[in-house]
Amino acid sequence: MGDGTAIDVTLSDDSKKVDGQPAPIEGVTLTVTTDDGTEVGEDVTDAEGKASIPLPGGGTYTVTLDEDTLPEGIELDSKTRTELEVRVLISGSATIAAFPIGVQAADTTGFATKLIDSIVSGIKFGLIIALAALGLSLIFGATGLTNFAHGELITLGGVVTYWFNRDAGLPVILAGLAAVLVSALFGYAQDRVLWRPLRRRGTGLIAMMIVSIGFALFLRSIFQYTFGGSTQTYDQYVAQVRHSWGPIHLNDKEIAIIVISLVVITAVCIAMMKTRMGKAMRAVSDNPALSASSGMRVDSVIRNAWILGTALTGLSGVLLGLNSQVSFQNGGRMLLLVFAAVTLGGLGTIWGALLGSLVIGIIVEVGPTFGVPSSIKEVGALVVLILILLVRPQGILGRRERIG
Amino acid sequence: MDFLEILRTALQQALGPTAIVYVLAAIGINVHFGYTGLLNFGQSGFMAVGAYGLAVTVVILDGSFWLGVAVSFVAALALAIVLGLPTLRLRADYLAIVTIATSEALRLVFGSVEMKDTFGGSNGLTGYSKVYKDLNPYSDGIDLGFISYRRDDLWNITVGWSLVAICCLVVWALMRSPWGRVLRSIREDEDAVRSLGKNVFAYKMQALILGGMIGGLAGLFFALKQASVVPTDYNTNLTFLAYTALLVGGAARVLGPVVGGVILWFLLSGLGATFGQMTSGPDPILPTWLMDSSQSSLTRFIVTGLALMLLMIFRPQGIFGDRREIAIDGR
Repeated sequence: MGDGTAIDVTLSDDSKKVDGQPAPIEGVTLTVTTDDGTEVGEDVTDAEGKASIPLPGGGTYTVTLDEDTLPEGIELDSKTRTELEVRVLISGSATIAAFPIGVQAADTTGFATKLIDSIVSGIKFGLIIALAALGLSLIFGATGLTNFAHGELITLGGVVTYWFNRDAGLPVILAGLAAVLVSALFGYAQDRVLWRPLRRRGTGLIAMMIVSIGFALFLRSIFQYTFGGSTQTYDQYVAQVRHSWGPIHLNDKEIAIIVISLVVITAVCIAMMKTRMGKAMRAVSDNPALSASSGMRVDSVIRNAWILGTALTGLSGVLLGLNSQVSFQNGGRMLLLVFAAVTLGGLGTIWGALLGSLVIGIIVEVGPTFGVPSSIKEVGALVVLILILLVRPQGILGRRERIG
Repeated sequence: MDFLEILRTALQQALGPTAIVYVLAAIGINVHFGYTGLLNFGQSGFMAVGAYGLAVTVVILDGSFWLGVAVSFVAALALAIVLGLPTLRLRADYLAIVTIATSEALRLVFGSVEMKDTFGGSNGLTGYSKVYKDLNPYSDGIDLGFISYRRDDLWNITVGWSLVAICCLVVWALMRSPWGRVLRSIREDEDAVRSLGKNVFAYKMQALILGGMIGGLAGLFFALKQASVVPTDYNTNLTFLAYTALLVGGAARVLGPVVGGVILWFLLSGLGATFGQMTSGPDPILPTWLMDSSQSSLTRFIVTGLALMLLMIFRPQGIFGDRREIAIDGR
């Protein structure tokens, strides 16, 4: 776990300026402990006042400054604590802990700021979920199959991007494009080799669902076999500076994630509404027998749903890897959220998948602001899933007849 | 390559405690899927609450061992009700979605840093099995010539196979009763059963509870034979392996999951030992770029995934099943 995850501390003296910058403080010991007191590691600041303590993963950590090691003549401001609690949400980009020395201690992030931050990051996460949910909905609509191997299709996108990026040396953008293509091809291949023959044999949906869990186990193990059990990042865009627009703080890659998903989702939705293929997909989803008897080639419609659905899901995995990290477990962890999103919106509906994803994304990210432990923030999605099934099982935008 | 050693490992494992865990889990799934047609993809969740029910009661709450065992069953029962209430009136895939999501969510909760004081975090809990260990009547292990079990494992397999026998007896007795016949008819045609005035929802719920509690028992036994509960043990792979065990033996057969579990574990252990031998040592038979020793342990999951797909496609009735019994379709 957690390659490259670390707490980076920069010690500087704000009262003394060197070239207009606060002067770095050298030779100070910093210790990082977990919240139950286990020591994770310690480091001494270098000539630039920097220390880096590697972490095993996300969670809440306390950084302690050893006052005795401070150079002579420097004292901590009375309001500066020697301990600092750091919450490492997503492992990956380095988390920064700053000890402002000689200035007033800063804990300026108020509740409102945190809330706005978490809503923005919820929307971003919701859009990533939405791509995968759209894929699941397309496939469900066309075939009636709830694909339990869908999480692995998310993993596919991230893992393939990683390979193209790190092993083949492509820039992340090209690698991501290639991964979406590979996903589309994989969608075609799995329909051709697995699902179409099953439809021809007249295999029932329940049997197909069990086949899909077998497929999920198979794919996940293949990923673990080839990719390994560790968590990795792409070689670009790992840590970026955040820009501010009023209360909203985003870095470049987060903006890119939001823009890319919005453009793709809009394009898919317009295509579903306007193009011949989109209309055919909705017709097949509505009534396959009637579509077939009106002369549509149902099989090719289903094939296209698999291609488009898998490509969208792969893109979701690419962006998820960009947003945080790549691991063979990425998809498994997302599956709960994707299922909650499509059920909330209405299984098999396009707009429902979108709406449900945004709601789930925001619930998951906002939860920690209201005291939900951040390592189990996904559980909120499960609560929503169970509640919606109790109250309105067809989902917000679903039709009653669908659930039988 | 030492083929005798591979055979010995495989046989030892196939009758050993780990196989029993899967057999028990598969018996529970058999009640759900085999007899009633319910798709429970979260058996690992039932097992987790069973295991943690015991561990938390004894280690954290200082309760007695037997209270812990009771809590395990109650926890599995409560989980079945929570999962069943929203989903059992709906189409089959909703139960599948909710169970798999819940089992993953439970694993996250049990392993979370924030609830370390209650569930022990990612290291899990230990130190609850003293009463169980003290009950061990054996003074020594057993040597059957070809295979042998240590004293602990001998006690584990005695208890385990007794539990399997009891569960099989219960399932056999229930499924030949009128109650069991209603379950099978629900699997075949829910609407027909409803038109005869039966409360389908109640029957499905009872089946979910029974299978879930057998799952909880599997988790309880897992916790006892392991002497520690670790959250990562209860991932979805556990459920999928149990499904494979059931489908190998044959669903809707009392002894299907037992035979299936033993055969599956024999094959998987044999496979693991084979690849283990081929990748170990200073000069392994397989080159390390192709497979190293940590990858060799993954072969069992790859093969199980493939086997589950192929079984469901080509021989859904497994070894002993009846094809007509398993010809169910989505509703």
